[in-house]
Amino acid sequence: MNIAELAKNGKFVITAEVGPPKGVDIIELMADAELLRGRVDGINVTDQQSSVMRLGSLATSRLLKEKGLVPIFQMTCRDRNRIALQSDLLSAYVLGIENILCLTGDFVALGDHPQAKAVFDLDSVSLLHAAKQLEQGKDLSGNDLKGSPSFCLGAIVTPGAEPLEPQIIKMEKKVKAGAQFFQTQAVYEPEKFAEFMKAVKYLNVPVMVGIVMLRSAGMARFMNKNVAGVHVPDDLINEMDKAESKAQKSIEIAARLIKEMKPHCQGVHIMAIGWEKKVPDVLAAAGL
Amino acid sequence: MIISEQKPWPEISESLAGEQRIFIVGCNGCAEACHTGGKTQVLEMKQKLEEEGKTVAGYTVVDFLCDKALIKFKLKPHEEEIKSADSLLVMTCGLGVQATAKVVDSITHPACDTINVGGARGEWRGEERCLECGECLLDYTGGICPLTSCTKGLINGPCGGAKDGKCEFEPETRDCGWHLIYERLKKLNRLDKMKVMIKPKNYNKMLPAKQLRPTILWALEQQKKEVIAK
Repeated sequence: MNIAELAKNGKFVITAEVGPPKGVDIIELMADAELLRGRVDGINVTDQQSSVMRLGSLATSRLLKEKGLVPIFQMTCRDRNRIALQSDLLSAYVLGIENILCLTGDFVALGDHPQAKAVFDLDSVSLLHAAKQLEQGKDLSGNDLKGSPSFCLGAIVTPGAEPLEPQIIKMEKKVKAGAQFFQTQAVYEPEKFAEFMKAVKYLNVPVMVGIVMLRSAGMARFMNKNVAGVHVPDDLINEMDKAESKAQKSIEIAARLIKEMKPHCQGVHIMAIGWEKKVPDVLAAAGL
Repeated sequence: MIISEQKPWPEISESLAGEQRIFIVGCNGCAEACHTGGKTQVLEMKQKLEEEGKTVAGYTVVDFLCDKALIKFKLKPHEEEIKSADSLLVMTCGLGVQATAKVVDSITHPACDTINVGGARGEWRGEERCLECGECLLDYTGGICPLTSCTKGLINGPCGGAKDGKCEFEPETRDCGWHLIYERLKKLNRLDKMKVMIKPKNYNKMLPAKQLRPTILWALEQQKKEVIAK
């Protein structure tokens, strides 16, 4: 299913994500994905998230596809040059993978192979541009393709970035380069998010608000200190702190955030980060 | 010695679009030796700009555009001319353009590309860096190099990893290059420059041409080899 098309048809788009394992044991990954069957419109497959070497997102996307699930293949520019990126885009197409999320990628030094050479030959904007070129039957060097692919191209934005203007300038560039939908970094402040949505209304592109499930008050404080553009307000931290069942409270908060932000956007993207099994509960609690 | 070559005229012309009064800055250091920014080239550029209907608000040639104190000192007498100009056209290497950008609150257009010589750098004590990429982007970034100031070398805007203007990699010490670029362009009221889509870089231009590798020492070494061979 084409994510952008769903949004265009007025469907409130629901996506979640799975992270491929470090290794080849995919039993848990596939079981987690199975829980999402019928509950979400697409499943993001992260690309060596946080620059940690893992099973590849292209192969994992194909595994989901074989099970009749809808993968959203995440591609970063961190590890591949323009030759490999274009080749993987073509590969994705022949493997039946339509939805591609184009990202720049984290810096290598923050992952588990800090000695690695960072590539960043392209960036998220030029990766989108490359995919569009391929759709038009040309590669980045202008050579003709034998058969051209078609994609549904997505990108990301950080609504809580300060200052926000550079993010919006880049978001506009991404739209011009070919982005058809956006998923956001985690949002915990519905009022600020509503303002962000007003500011980007002119871009006329579907935005799916990012929800990262809180695991504990400590996790929230860690994110506030270390994760750019993410701010968990004190009252949510207190709620988590006092809760007897952290899992129950986390589900309740996620569902509440979704309900509050649903009127302002075109979908939701849930990042469970280890609590994939609880995603169906979040959706049920949010009335989705 | 840093090797530069003048950008093609259409590229310079495009970077000056919408601007009328231009102040030209040349360099009597490496750029003079490369015939890209000495007084002769500055006067040629003045004539070219006037032929194209621009007004040259003034010009000067600084002995070494890689010396910020010297640039300040040499530009001081031209303060009024510079203030009256829409922008500065700087005819030198990427370091000189960045150094000039540091001392004036105007857009500094690079007139040259800095050519890679395979690792031999001129002496430079400032924090600015030039990768000698052969396709100078300083025009789009307010005179701050995105390749060297952004940890990832991104050319189309910031990633999502900056917090309080600091890069997520070494947040204690490392500024987000794109935050600096954004603040600079905002101050100059030229955020339109940041909206321009920059095409993927041609990294082929970073492979130094063989004839640009030799140095004086290299020539002496060659001579010695020849003597030994005889």
